[in-house]
Amino acid sequence: MTQLTDTPFTIAGRDFSSRLLVGTGKYKDFTETGAAIAQSGAEIVTFAVRRTNLGQDADAPNLLDVISPRQYTLLPNTAGCYNAKDAVRTCRLARELLDGHNLVKLEVLGDDHTLYPNVVETLKAAETLLADGFDVMVYTSDDPIVARELEAMGCCAIMPLGSLIGSGHGIQNPHNVRLIVEQSSVPVLVDAGIGTASDAAMAMELGCDGVLLNSAIAHARDPLRMANAMKLAVEAGRDAFLAGRMPRRQSADPSSPFAGRING
Amino acid sequence: MPHPPGCLLFMSTPNESIQLTLNGEPYAMTAGLTAADLVEQLGLGGRRIAVEINEQIVPKSQLAATPLGAGDQIEVVHAIGGG
Repeated sequence: MTQLTDTPFTIAGRDFSSRLLVGTGKYKDFTETGAAIAQSGAEIVTFAVRRTNLGQDADAPNLLDVISPRQYTLLPNTAGCYNAKDAVRTCRLARELLDGHNLVKLEVLGDDHTLYPNVVETLKAAETLLADGFDVMVYTSDDPIVARELEAMGCCAIMPLGSLIGSGHGIQNPHNVRLIVEQSSVPVLVDAGIGTASDAAMAMELGCDGVLLNSAIAHARDPLRMANAMKLAVEAGRDAFLAGRMPRRQSADPSSPFAGRING
Repeated sequence: MPHPPGCLLFMSTPNESIQLTLNGEPYAMTAGLTAADLVEQLGLGGRRIAVEINEQIVPKSQLAATPLGAGDQIEVVHAIGGG
């Protein structure tokens, strides 16, 4: 069997073999979190930064005990931030939390009903973070013009939504995602909206460099099984993209030859 | 330790208490202590946390050299699940 090769998936100068990035939210417990993430094969894992619960048992397990910074590339997010200032503060806290690690997922949200990106605040935050030495993977709308602007500023990955965060509605505007892929020279990842394996495969078939998802695994009836499905879907979609799909036809084209039929 | 109202207006001595805001909540602490003392007091010594005082990051290496003052706005954060 031929060993198939691919170009490396590179984020901010580091090569990764998995093109699936996963979040750590919404799991039943840390055991399930750890098991699902291991099953997904993901190497880059997102988490959130929140105030410590001061009444809490200080010996309670910590997320980073399960998702070790030695084993995974951690990607702190700015979820829950509605303006550039809060997002920048959150990233600086995350950098301190991770001993100087400067790769972040910037997301500045517009409102808590849609969690749609506020691109004005996102652009402001990106500018400050890039000037402060962060490597910024940026969650944004599927607007190619905004995506181009974020790339020109120096963001290391452009991450348009497929549909609303946590909605599981898949990729609502594949044409825009394709436009972003075609114009970008940094990695493009669909982030948000993936509901099931075919959505992840579709993102990769559109030419995305990767997929970032959380709820689709965490809220599946069997998260471990879905983690495996997502791993395979991203690999399958990537191979399909590299292979180049057959042209669509308006009429049938038999796979078996007409010649030599017994009724000929 | 009870204090008469208005005691915060005077210079603190090590036995007095100062009022801080910790993670958005009022928090009383003995005067003259450092950010590292606060972290220990919270049972978070050695844990993977980050500290911000008045919107400025205080690096781990600087916690013990950072005195706390009345009215300081302190955030102590950690990692939790998120996507």
